[in-house]
Amino acid sequence: MGTLLSIENLSVEFSNYQGTSSVLNHVSLSVNRGEILGLVGESGCGKSVTARCILRLIPAPPGKITSGSIRFAGEDLLSVSPKRMGRVRGREISMIFQEPMSSLNPVFTVGNQMREVVRRHRGLARREADALCTGMLHQVQMPDPEEVLKKYPHELSGGMRQRVMIAMELVCDPQLLIADEPTTALDVTVQGQVLAILTGLSRRRGISVLLITHDMGVVAQVCDRVAVMYAGQVVELAAVEELFARPLHPYTQGLIAAIPDVDPPADDAPGGGARPLFSIPGTVPTLIDRPPGCRFHPRCTVGGPGCARDVPGLCWVTPEHAVACHSSRGGTA
Amino acid sequence: MGIPLRQHPKWRELRLTWRLLRANPTAMAGLVILVAMGAMALAAGWLAPYDPLRLSLAERLQPPGAAHWFGTDEMGRDILTRVMYGARISLRIGFVVILIAGGIGSVLGAVAGFYGGRVDNLIMRVMDVILSFPSLVLAMALAAAMGPSLNNAILAVAFVMIPKFARMVRGEALAVKELPFIAAARVSGARNRWIIAHHILPNCLNSVIVLGTLTLGDTILIAASLSFIGLGAQPPTPEWGAMISVGRKFLMDQWWYATFPGLFILTTVTGFNILGDALRDILDPRIRR
Repeated sequence: MGTLLSIENLSVEFSNYQGTSSVLNHVSLSVNRGEILGLVGESGCGKSVTARCILRLIPAPPGKITSGSIRFAGEDLLSVSPKRMGRVRGREISMIFQEPMSSLNPVFTVGNQMREVVRRHRGLARREADALCTGMLHQVQMPDPEEVLKKYPHELSGGMRQRVMIAMELVCDPQLLIADEPTTALDVTVQGQVLAILTGLSRRRGISVLLITHDMGVVAQVCDRVAVMYAGQVVELAAVEELFARPLHPYTQGLIAAIPDVDPPADDAPGGGARPLFSIPGTVPTLIDRPPGCRFHPRCTVGGPGCARDVPGLCWVTPEHAVACHSSRGGTA
Repeated sequence: MGIPLRQHPKWRELRLTWRLLRANPTAMAGLVILVAMGAMALAAGWLAPYDPLRLSLAERLQPPGAAHWFGTDEMGRDILTRVMYGARISLRIGFVVILIAGGIGSVLGAVAGFYGGRVDNLIMRVMDVILSFPSLVLAMALAAAMGPSLNNAILAVAFVMIPKFARMVRGEALAVKELPFIAAARVSGARNRWIIAHHILPNCLNSVIVLGTLTLGDTILIAASLSFIGLGAQPPTPEWGAMISVGRKFLMDQWWYATFPGLFILTTVTGFNILGDALRDILDPRIRR
């Protein structure tokens, strides 16, 4: 299982009239072939920016990639020509967005838009493209795919639209699929279904997935490995069982503690009774005034005086588990 | 009955538009006027009682009567006939101008809005310069500079109409380009030119149709004005504006000469305006869905 995508030391800045703010700070992570990597963190911590960097979708200006490299299957995506990038997008790396409601063009039918993608990348004739699209819609468990192809987006429900998007992005057999909170905008009842389709299809076709989410339940359910981001940095990187069993970074520990108990121990059991929902005190620092040293230290419960001074680097505690924290470096959690 | 499900979607949309149009009496009035004008223009050769250019000095300046419903002009030509043929010219001017101005203006606007920055500034400042002149005055100047002829008048009017479309489409493009489906298209490998042609422009089409319909009235009016001052259609072409221009001299004693072409201009322009207004409401997606 080799590495498909590796991001190293990626730093991104956005500037406006208030000044320049660094949105990503030396982000490093990698996605192996066929694996599902979860990217979690609070809103505004840089998850989506990281994803958009991979496809070079950061508007410049105001955005600027100041350092780092993004290697995809041995190719540096930050230096390829725009023409080559056009081939990579959709054919080799696809992306699904959060808003299924507006990710389809309202003035064209679903079939029209799906065919467009297939024909651009495969150069198929209309009839072959149609057959491929129908088959793909069938795979995302769409009832009556021929009819769906003839419909306009507003005639479909949110869950159906997101499944159409999944079908559309997987129809060219990409090697990597970036899913940016694909289920956040959906009803809870269809979230599980859409997620199951997405991950099931990727596993069957050997497609790697970078799954961006802030739902730790989703992470536990579908991911192989997890990268936790906080304020523009990757603070912990581990296999999913390892992360839930032995979270090293105080922020990760907080995230896991904040998962509500669906099934609390009975009231009369020792230490039983429903506990109040845990939340990490404070909020994510704004982009403009990020604290010096470890960016989590103002909210951290274990930190020492060094935390406000030195930025902790990402250290490999075991070959499979990395963390960026002064207190947890020894491997004691 | 229920909703017929097995129809082609485009068909379904058209039927919905038609249903909404039917439910709107003003729109229907506009549509009826325009259909009548269009039919009259198309069938002029067949409906008109006389030849529009036939001179008959014996019958000059006859008042409206059984033989000549709208009377005759100073050369004895039948005014009803000439008004019918005039519809051909006026409608043709209107449509050609809108096609040229709408086409060029929409593309310029979409490019400006989509790329933004310098391209946007360059295109829109040129549009501002054109807009800073009153459209009739600028059209007159251009038509005069190119020489008086119908085709030059068409080009002149089209030129002054371009900024209207460019401005509106630019505004729409600014909004449309931020929608997620544009990002989705880019993620699936679409190039800028493709996105403009297949995502931005089609999403602006409703507004272009509405503006086109509304502008058609203005266009016909400006073109008639150009003919009125002798810069458009040349006599003996039966153009409404040119007819009024000559008929003006006879207005005191032969009221019918200038009045009937004028009434037709009035009716046609009104027809386009009320249809355009109604289309704006009907094609508005918020009302539609």
